[in-house]
This record gives sequence, structure tokens and C-alpha cells, in this order.
Amino acid sequence: MMSKDALSATPTEAAGSNTVFARFDRVGKIFKLPGDRQIDALEDVSFTLGRGKLVGLLGPSGCGKTTFLRIVAGLETATYGTVTIEGKLVNGPHPNFAFVFQQANLMNWRTVLKNVLFPLEIRGEVTRASIERARDLLNLVGLHGFEDRYPSELSGGMQQRVALCRALVYDAKLLLMDEPFGALDELKRMEMHDLLLDIRLRTGVSVMFVTHSISEAIYLSDTVAVFSKRPATIARFIDIDFPYPRENAMRYEMKFTEYEHEAGRALGIAR
Amino acid sequence: MILDRVFRAIYPLIGLALILAAWQAYTQFFAVNRIILPSPMDVLVASNDNFGLLLRHLWPTLLECVLGFMLAMAIGVPVAVAVANSQILNLTLYPVLIAMQSVPKVAVAPIILVWFGLGIESKLAIAFLVAFFPVVVDTATGLRATPKGLLELAQSLRASPLQVFWKVQFPSALPFVFAGAKVAVTLTVIGAVIGEFVGSNEGLGNLLLTANSQLNSPLAWAALVWLSLLGMGLFGAVALAERIAMPWAKNGGH
Repeated sequence: MMSKDALSATPTEAAGSNTVFARFDRVGKIFKLPGDRQIDALEDVSFTLGRGKLVGLLGPSGCGKTTFLRIVAGLETATYGTVTIEGKLVNGPHPNFAFVFQQANLMNWRTVLKNVLFPLEIRGEVTRASIERARDLLNLVGLHGFEDRYPSELSGGMQQRVALCRALVYDAKLLLMDEPFGALDELKRMEMHDLLLDIRLRTGVSVMFVTHSISEAIYLSDTVAVFSKRPATIARFIDIDFPYPRENAMRYEMKFTEYEHEAGRALGIAR
Repeated sequence: MILDRVFRAIYPLIGLALILAAWQAYTQFFAVNRIILPSPMDVLVASNDNFGLLLRHLWPTLLECVLGFMLAMAIGVPVAVAVANSQILNLTLYPVLIAMQSVPKVAVAPIILVWFGLGIESKLAIAFLVAFFPVVVDTATGLRATPKGLLELAQSLRASPLQVFWKVQFPSALPFVFAGAKVAVTLTVIGAVIGEFVGSNEGLGNLLLTANSQLNSPLAWAALVWLSLLGMGLFGAVALAERIAMPWAKNGGH
């Protein structure tokens, strides 16, 4: 559909930073089913992700955008195509990535703080300083005082904030999020949007997130990649020309509505 | 809250008291022969008069139960881990386990006695045999029921297989392990008594059998009550261990 060069020329250069963080080259996935049937889940997805950029993958439910995200995360392997991070080919989970799941995915037997520290435990990097960092992150997301509670004592929104802290605790360079706020109500979601943007601003982490909410994609992203129906491929890239930090008033601007229209047309749900 | 707790403790006691009162009234009103059915009072008196004797016989039975339970856990949990993590071991061992479970333990008891003799070993073996199966089945079920999301989280963090087991699979299976342990520990009492029935010199099961053959029904019933209390005590101990090991689960496993 769209050539990969078209995007690399837009968001990265427009923002004045030229460093490429990740390159996706004709990534595709075919699921084999019993009886010679197969599902083409993903087809020829190509683009480059600039360092520190935030790209929203927007598409209808079940279209294969999650499959793409999971391939990037190394949780699934591509049938063809390549993922290159900082010049190196990726096949398998990457130490500098963090994945945020649709559900908070917390361990109910660990306290909030221990949940956040889990990635560091796996890496053998629990130190006084890293525990301090975990506490700072929990403060940042407004969970001060909940360090020693168990997940079952928290609301859904609080749990998802813990999951976000867990993803950020080890200085990941790329944050991959699979509909991270889908299980939250509208107000909580808007809160989380600003929180995510704030964290990105402070840490400079690159972010790719999957969503089926048009407004969420526009509000958060440098660039929205609109996926077509299955087999999923990128139908259109939309650069969102709003400055950061973004404010909720932006949602009611004419330009925001125009972006929504553009995304709607690309999704085939608006004329 | 506190009132609720008090009621929770009181209602079962009221139920028990009602049954005991009816039983006492029945034996007195119809003047039932105490060899056929001793009254609760007879049992209480027999228990009190023979306290030292009962205590002496409680000890070996308790030991058989506790050691048999520990044996079942020590062997059952690793077997469950093997069965849950390896398809080959699962296919090899599971049918054998089920076949083993299908053999009536009472029928095997005389053979085990021939192998291990009249001492504690044969009781341990039988207690182990009855307790082993629920431990394996429940633990394996728990290990297999580890949420997929948590396994993927560990995978995305490149956790080693050992880390996945100790930090994800096992803690997530703990409620199942304790469910199996609670069933297992009460079964060990049955196992120990079967062993003592078939051949022994001591233990509450042995005392019950002896008292019965001497038509000392109050003492036999007293031994029976002590056995039930033993079972409840063991269950309580495991339930307490569960609360301590799983502070995040406010209401335990039941």
C-alpha cells in the first residue's frame, strides 16, 4: 500500500530528530490451521519508528495489529519480513523492551511494590536504588501509600497504573502496549493518556500502542498508523500535528475532528 | 464484623449441641444398651477415665498421619511438577497414577503389611498411598492453570525456566496445592486407621478395635471421637499454614 519511506520521511524529520530506532520491513504473519486452511493475519507491514516517537496502531478489533505488536515484542515470530532495532535483527524478546498487556496482568500474591520490582528480580537487578526508582514511579502515577497492598485491593485503573510502572522500572527503550487502557472507563482512560504522555516526556521512551479508539490514537500519537481489515496492512499513516504537551481542550478543536475524519475514512467507516 | 464472626463460631456449636442432646435423650428415653449405642455422656466419661490410654495411642497415629502426609507432599508435588511440565511424563505417568488410585487401598493393606511389618512403616505407606493422589492431581491442575498472561509477561522479560517455575507457576498454583493438601491430610487419618486395623500393636485404630472386641463400646466410641478430632486438628493445621503462606488470599481456599 504505502511505501515505508513515506513514513520515515515524515514523523522523524518533522520533529527534527533523525535517529531511527526501529525498522519494520514487510512483516507478515500467516497462521496455519488444520486441514490446509490458513489465515493471513498480517501482510507487508513496513515503516520506521523514530527514537522517542509515539506511534498508535489503529484498526478494527481482531484485524491483526495486536499480532504485529506481539511480533515486535518477540512473543510471536513473523512468517516473513524483518524487525530491526537499532540496526540489529530481532527474533525473540528483547531486553530493552517492555510490554503492557490489555489486562493489568499483576501477580495477586505479590504486593504492589513487589509487582513493580518483578522485572528487576528476573534480571537480578534489585538494588536500593532500583527500589527507590520503583517507589518514585508509583508516586508519579499517584499510588503513593499503596506499595504494600495486594492487587486485589486496587481498582482496575490503579492496577493498570501498577502495570505501567512495572513496564517502566527497568529503563526500557521501547514500550509496547496492547490496548492498555481498553478495560478502563472513559475518565480513567483520559487520566492515563496524560500520564503516559508525561512519562514519555520525562523518559524519552519510544512507544507503540494498539488501540481501536480513534480519538485515543489521535490524542496520544506523533503518528497514527491505520490498519486495514484482515489481512492487516497499514492503510494510511496520519501525522498528528499537535504540539506536546497535549491538553484535553485539544479534543474539541476543529483540527482534531478533521483528523478523526481522516482516520475514519482510512478505516472505511466514514466518507 | 465481630458479631458476624461470633455467629460463625456459634452456629456450628449450636448444631452440634442439638445433635448430642437428641442422642442423649434417645439413649436415656429408650434405655438403649450401652454396648449397642453408648450415650454421649458415656463416651465423655470413658474418654475422661481413659485419658492417659487414649493419649498414648493418639501419639503413634498422629505420627503416622503427619509423616504420611509429609511423604505424600514431598513426593506428590515434584511428580505433579513433572507431569504438568512434560507431555511425555504426563502420558507415561498419569495412567499409572489413575490405575494406582483405582486399586482399593483396604485391599492392598494386607500386602503392604507383609512388606513393611507391623510397625509404623506399613501405616506410613498406606497413609502415603491414600494422600498421594489428591496432592498430585490438584497441584498439577494448579500448575497448568497458570494464567497465560503471566507466562507471557515472564517470557517477554526473558525469564529462565527455573524463574518461571519459582516466581510464576508455583505461587500461582499455591491455592490448588493447599486444596489438595487439605484433602490429603484428612485422608491420612483413614490410611493410618486402615493400617492399624489390618495389623498393629498401638494407635487409636488399634485401641478402637481392641475396645470393640471387648464390648467396651464407650471406649471404642471415645477412640472414634479422638480420631475425628485428630482429623479436624490436622485439617486446621494445614488451613492455618495456608493462611500464613498466602496472606493475599483473605478468605483462604474455601
